[in-house]
Amino acid sequence: MPLVDHNAVHWGALARAALGLALCPLLFGVINRVKAKFAGRTGQPLLQTYFDLARLLKKGAVYSRTTTWLFPMGPLLGLACALAALCLAPLGGMPGLLSFEGDLFLFAGLLSLGRFATAAAALDTGSSFEGMGASREMQFAVPAELAQILGLAALAQATGSLSLSEMLARIDMVRWEAAGPVLALTGTALFLVLLAETCRIPVDDPNTHLELTMIHEVMVLDHSGPDLAFILYGQGVKMWTLCAMLAGLLAPVRSGDPLLDVSLGVAGVFALALVMGVVESSMARLRLLLVPRLLVGATALSALALILLLR
Amino acid sequence: MLGALTILVPALAGAAAFMLREHRARRALLVGAAVAHLLLTLAAFAAPARPMFDGALLLDEPGRLFLLITSVLFLAAAFYSAGYLEREMRGSRPDMIEGRLFSNSPEARFTGCLLLFLAAMSFVCMARNLGLLWVGVEATTLASAPLIYFHRHHRSLEATWKYLLLCSVGIALALFGTYMLALAGGGEISLNLNALMAAGPTLDPVLLKAAFVFLLVGYGTKMGLAPMHTWLPDVYSESPSVMALMSTCLLNVSFLAILRVRQVLAAAGQAQFGNDLLVFLGLTSMAWAAVFLLRQTDYKRLLAYSSVEHMGILAFGAGIGGAGMHGSLMHVLAHGAAKGAMFLLAGNVLAAYMTKNVSEVRGAVRALPFSGPLWVAGVLALTGMPPFGLFVSELAILRAALAGDRPFLAVIFLVLLAMAFIGITTAALRMAQGENTIPARPEPMSATWPPLALLLAALLLGLYQPAPLAAVLAASARLTGGF
Amino acid sequence: MLSLVEFILVGLVLTNLVLLGTSRIGLCIRMVAFQGVGLAFLPLLGHGDLTWSSLAISAATALLKGWAFPTLLFRSLESAHVRAEVEPYVSYSGSLLFGVAALAVSVWLGGRMPLPGPGVPQLLIPVAFFTILVGLFGIVTRRKAVSQVVAYLVLENGIFAFGAVALRKAQLLVEMGILLDVFVAVFVMGIAIFRINREFDHIDSGRLASLKE
Repeated sequence: MPLVDHNAVHWGALARAALGLALCPLLFGVINRVKAKFAGRTGQPLLQTYFDLARLLKKGAVYSRTTTWLFPMGPLLGLACALAALCLAPLGGMPGLLSFEGDLFLFAGLLSLGRFATAAAALDTGSSFEGMGASREMQFAVPAELAQILGLAALAQATGSLSLSEMLARIDMVRWEAAGPVLALTGTALFLVLLAETCRIPVDDPNTHLELTMIHEVMVLDHSGPDLAFILYGQGVKMWTLCAMLAGLLAPVRSGDPLLDVSLGVAGVFALALVMGVVESSMARLRLLLVPRLLVGATALSALALILLLR
Repeated sequence: MLGALTILVPALAGAAAFMLREHRARRALLVGAAVAHLLLTLAAFAAPARPMFDGALLLDEPGRLFLLITSVLFLAAAFYSAGYLEREMRGSRPDMIEGRLFSNSPEARFTGCLLLFLAAMSFVCMARNLGLLWVGVEATTLASAPLIYFHRHHRSLEATWKYLLLCSVGIALALFGTYMLALAGGGEISLNLNALMAAGPTLDPVLLKAAFVFLLVGYGTKMGLAPMHTWLPDVYSESPSVMALMSTCLLNVSFLAILRVRQVLAAAGQAQFGNDLLVFLGLTSMAWAAVFLLRQTDYKRLLAYSSVEHMGILAFGAGIGGAGMHGSLMHVLAHGAAKGAMFLLAGNVLAAYMTKNVSEVRGAVRALPFSGPLWVAGVLALTGMPPFGLFVSELAILRAALAGDRPFLAVIFLVLLAMAFIGITTAALRMAQGENTIPARPEPMSATWPPLALLLAALLLGLYQPAPLAAVLAASARLTGGF
Repeated sequence: MLSLVEFILVGLVLTNLVLLGTSRIGLCIRMVAFQGVGLAFLPLLGHGDLTWSSLAISAATALLKGWAFPTLLFRSLESAHVRAEVEPYVSYSGSLLFGVAALAVSVWLGGRMPLPGPGVPQLLIPVAFFTILVGLFGIVTRRKAVSQVVAYLVLENGIFAFGAVALRKAQLLVEMGILLDVFVAVFVMGIAIFRINREFDHIDSGRLASLKE
């Protein structure tokens, strides 16, 4: 029996999406604070990203004469895709705003559409530098998307549903005991994908300003003002969405009380942000050549999980 | 218990050889152990077969046959190497091909490994448990690897590495096949040959076939069947002649291992599957070898490819079955003797001419008054000319193939034999004829008597078989042929 | 609940993937040692009651595969003074993708094999196949002599895992003989690596190519 009614309008889901929209910039603050603690610094305020967003939105944007309509389109489309993905994602085992059978493909498609928009805008500047970033981003996207799709397929196979909300609602301690290795493999693969999608160490260094190592940052160099704010916020929404999914998979504690479940989900998201902060503090960025290997490794893990289920 | 002594005596002698510091004593030990081994083998021939260690070891008729040829070849090798080691120079000297300096590995290690190698092969001849059979075959690989690296130059090292890696992988696959065989019996029966054959029809046929394929590939690698033979020419061309001679025994015992497995297959009523594979691999090996024999410029590699060809003949004969199996076993004896003689003679030619290139050796008949004519006789024996034993055995296999239900196989067999004949004789006879490029020189006794004796044995096999030998041959063919 | 055997098997698969994907020989050696220790439990867990012979086999396996082989390999690596990189002919990503394909093939093959009996996890045969395939792949595609030996050990581990299922009536004599042989094989290979290094100043077996037709 399905646990999620696809047609019902969930007021709770609306509230959960709003929660995500409000809290997602805080994730950057948490990660930065963890890194600062590790480095023995005080660090920037937790709410720094909110201040940055407000500052950027007040500014005007500067456009190069060589760009076309594609250029301002990039951040907009990227943000739109991230927001749409957020609507699909469940939080703490509770369904997302929208759900239907097969929405996991839409989810993956939205993420890659967002990536395409950013890369296309970067190419539109005509700068070889930004083209290099776009090329790297797309190169890493190939194994990352493969790993993600295979991981989601493994989850679908394990739970017997093609809807994200339904899938995560069905994962609980009982299922973990039955198919622990499979879920652990998928979780590991999706965590690596999360690092790649959100441009964190060891795939990409968000703080880098060295030309030879930048990937995501180099694509958005020419954006300014509100456009940059959109990109920043879109990143935050994307991170929130993926963290919420992963937290639902890795910490399947379901109490039955909606409020408690949601707070557990939010706690899971911030716990993941903590982990990302620890990862960033404890290891260096991988060499560019090693990144595809890491992501192919993630693909292998997902494929292993899927094969274990299909046999 | 005579059988067990044939393992124990060389093993102990091998261990002692590592300890002995005196060269003369060690060489005497080598020859003594070889003589003792042959005597024990002959004595075991007379005694009835008695199972040892819970039936894990048993010297049955096929085992006796292979033990006999191993023992005879080892005796020849021991006599030859006693003189060979005496003649080998001490210290470093220039390599005859590239001129770089190299030295020999310690003589004690060579002698010790040679004896351990013999012990391992005796063990294989007796092993009735397929797991122990595997242990024995792997032990032969390991004991022989240091022998290849006797001359410490980089080519022999390369050959050693190839040999170790290829044979280890092949043997590992054979182990996989062995386990699969156990699985075919449901995992409950032991790997003992008798138990497996008794379980025969109840074995899972698919698993049994898969197991046979893995075992054939695995032991076939050690036997030198194409296309798994690639280590063989390198090893033969870079190791001392004695080692090359001993590896003829190695190929033989690997063949015995394959025959043991086929006994199980036959007991399960799947003999046809195994026979088809053997015929196919046999003809492939013969064809492969024939092609490489036709344009071979290195006479040690020539002999190596000739070995591949003859292993193909063995597999073909075994695959034909019946009288072909009888011919095949006979071929093991005759080929062993003839090939052993040829390797020793090739060593003599190499020592005189200091080159392995066919085109640089001329007039061996005149330059080497003893080895030269023997070389010609050996070539005739090896290519299956009457009245040598190889003629009789090849004829038996051919007749069996013609009498079978697929006579076209006999035609292919004949064509491939002819190709090999052309390849070997054009190269080897050219070496013997013509004006000698080096002055005639006397030859030491130890270098000429062993090949002469082996060639006489090959000749004798073609003319007359002693009654006990004929009885063992017939019994082995019956046992291993599954008919 | 997941049995310990299944846990070991999943560990085996993961270490295989690491072996395919890593460039450090040291890590490869550690992974193989890790596999060996895991495999040492199989004779104990496979079939019910503990016997002295299965205990002995288990202990010998753990000692050899977990301690002796890595020590030997590390020693030859040190004596060879080489860069501790694997240097494969096929890229690491390609190797990993091969691993995924090999896994699919072995699961497919394993599904076609009859199950050896009750109490044996379904995963065992596919995992054994997979490990064997990874070992063969490693021997073919790795350039250094040391990594070839590591791959040989992986192959051996796969066969051992298979044997733990197939040979449920553990025969001490046979198993000990096999272990001894493998030990000597690795020992001899270790010596050969040392010699190759002395002779060529490298252990790149790809450059052992003067013998050919």
